[in-house]
Amino acid sequence: MSADSPAVAHGAEQAPYRPVFVGEAQARLQKLFEQYPTKQGCLLPALWMVQEARGWIPDEGIAEVAEQLGLTPAYVKGVVTFYTMYHTHPVGRHFIQVCTTSPCNICGAEEVVKALLAATGCGELGATSPDGRFTVIETECLGACGFPTPVLIDNDFVESITPERVSGLLQGYK
Amino acid sequence: MGYPYPSHARETVVLSKYFGDAAARSYDGWVKRGGYEGLKKALGMTREAVIEEVKNSGLRGRGGAGFPTGLKWSFMPKSVGPGRAHYLVCNADESEPGTFKDREIMRWTPHGLIEGCAIAAYAIGAERIYIYIRGEFTEAWAIMSRAVAEAVEAGALGRNVFGSGHRIEVVLHRGAGAYICGEETAMMNSLEGKRGNPRIKPPFPAQSGVFGMPTTINNVETLAAVPSIMMRGAPWYKGLCLSSPKSTGTKLWSVCGHVQRPGNYEVTMGTPMKDLIFEMAGGMRPGRKLKAVIPGGSSVPIMTAQEIEDCPLDYEGIVAKGSMLGSGGMIVMDDSTDLVYQIMRLARFYAHESCAQCTQCREGTAWTTRILERILAGQGKPEDLDLLLDLADNMTGKTICVLSDSCAAPVVSGIKKFPEEFEAYIRHRRRPASSGSAPTMAARS
Repeated sequence: MSADSPAVAHGAEQAPYRPVFVGEAQARLQKLFEQYPTKQGCLLPALWMVQEARGWIPDEGIAEVAEQLGLTPAYVKGVVTFYTMYHTHPVGRHFIQVCTTSPCNICGAEEVVKALLAATGCGELGATSPDGRFTVIETECLGACGFPTPVLIDNDFVESITPERVSGLLQGYK
Repeated sequence: MGYPYPSHARETVVLSKYFGDAAARSYDGWVKRGGYEGLKKALGMTREAVIEEVKNSGLRGRGGAGFPTGLKWSFMPKSVGPGRAHYLVCNADESEPGTFKDREIMRWTPHGLIEGCAIAAYAIGAERIYIYIRGEFTEAWAIMSRAVAEAVEAGALGRNVFGSGHRIEVVLHRGAGAYICGEETAMMNSLEGKRGNPRIKPPFPAQSGVFGMPTTINNVETLAAVPSIMMRGAPWYKGLCLSSPKSTGTKLWSVCGHVQRPGNYEVTMGTPMKDLIFEMAGGMRPGRKLKAVIPGGSSVPIMTAQEIEDCPLDYEGIVAKGSMLGSGGMIVMDDSTDLVYQIMRLARFYAHESCAQCTQCREGTAWTTRILERILAGQGKPEDLDLLLDLADNMTGKTICVLSDSCAAPVVSGIKKFPEEFEAYIRHRRRPASSGSAPTMAARS
């Protein structure tokens, strides 16, 4: 996916990496360990914790997770890159996923993508808008086919988006 | 009910009775509606008796394969051996294009699902349940998290469920964007903190499943049906049948695409497909005619308007018409649809989601997509259709899981049933009606 193109640099990626698994987050990780018979079983949830804290999963985050779970960084990276929801590079403050698989596609999803690319200023899929506010990607089936077109903005799942509803939708995301 | 529309008179609402009723989401609300009585009843029975009841109901897996649920449970070891914990995994990774029923079950009746999970866990001797929810279902995740916490608080989950002495715990596990993790062995790898590559069977999950332990994996809709079966009995469920006695109960159909009232409709097995599309879901938009239907999620063969004329909605009836019930995700396409373009989109979906373990799938899905893209670009050759069919043959029944078979299904059925759509591009140099904003496969990879 073209999402691998270098994104606009944000201050955050230049700053030294601050470990995620300290204090309350470390306590959460210890609780997770009780829920799986192996530490490795906690890999997906631990990666989610890094992404929630840092916005993406940098190499230092991979190394930190590897150390916490007793895995190698190479192994963890192999897992990170398998799953499309983990970001391996910085993305806009608001990450927008639009379903364009067949059921939504036949109901006009590609027009929604065009409207989003124009309204956000992203211009192309996978790119971040110049103001660092948005990144838009196409995603495969979001599982809301009866309500085309579903859009996932950060953790907000929004149904029935049409090109006309795009600008109103974006207003809540600064 | 056909949420978001009111219930249609032709529906049989069991699972969807409380869709749209936010008060049913809380523990107290669920108990007021008769909830958790099925679990209490099950805990008073022997494990064998619970399995027998589900076997007798005729309930079959609603995730796609249609395997008899009680029989699956009976494959688990009779007793829990030392160091051999049993696990129940609930497959809530609903990602099959066209399907959006499990999401509504989790959003509206989370306690119904938890109750079904707890009954199943008791029946198979599992103390821990993993509910694997796809990463994109943020709302369902929040609702399920709240419901699990409430159930623990009320003693419906925990170390001593309703004072029975049985320990049943639920762990919610969030996926991270991978269609293939809906395949049961890939899901087990994903739970173990691995890439979601499907495993070769045998060993089957009941012998060696997640973390190498005996495991049963059931779909959300399957488990959600269990509490009613416990309360109302196997004969009642078995009696919900209008055609083949091998297909019993109700099924949620996610009807989407070009119908006037898309939504989830719950009907008795054997209800005519035509009635679902035209009566319940409102039929086509004015001036439009039905062209094609993909009845069971994108992985099953496409049906023509002619084939749905007298097709009952049950496992056997749809097979007899050359397709499959699958997950019940029904994609309806009217005469405005460019089928070649949509089949390419589906092939691209599978190419994107292939885990790339097996050559036939890794190469076949991508090659199929590129050929279809070439045809759409006006550079198709007459021999391309034979090439696509030959490729599809090599992608069917030859891989660890059925993802590559699923990619072949719409291609083969599309070429065989709608040859004129392909001919229009190849011989008559038709231009795509769709704008095609999406980059090509080559540009994406």
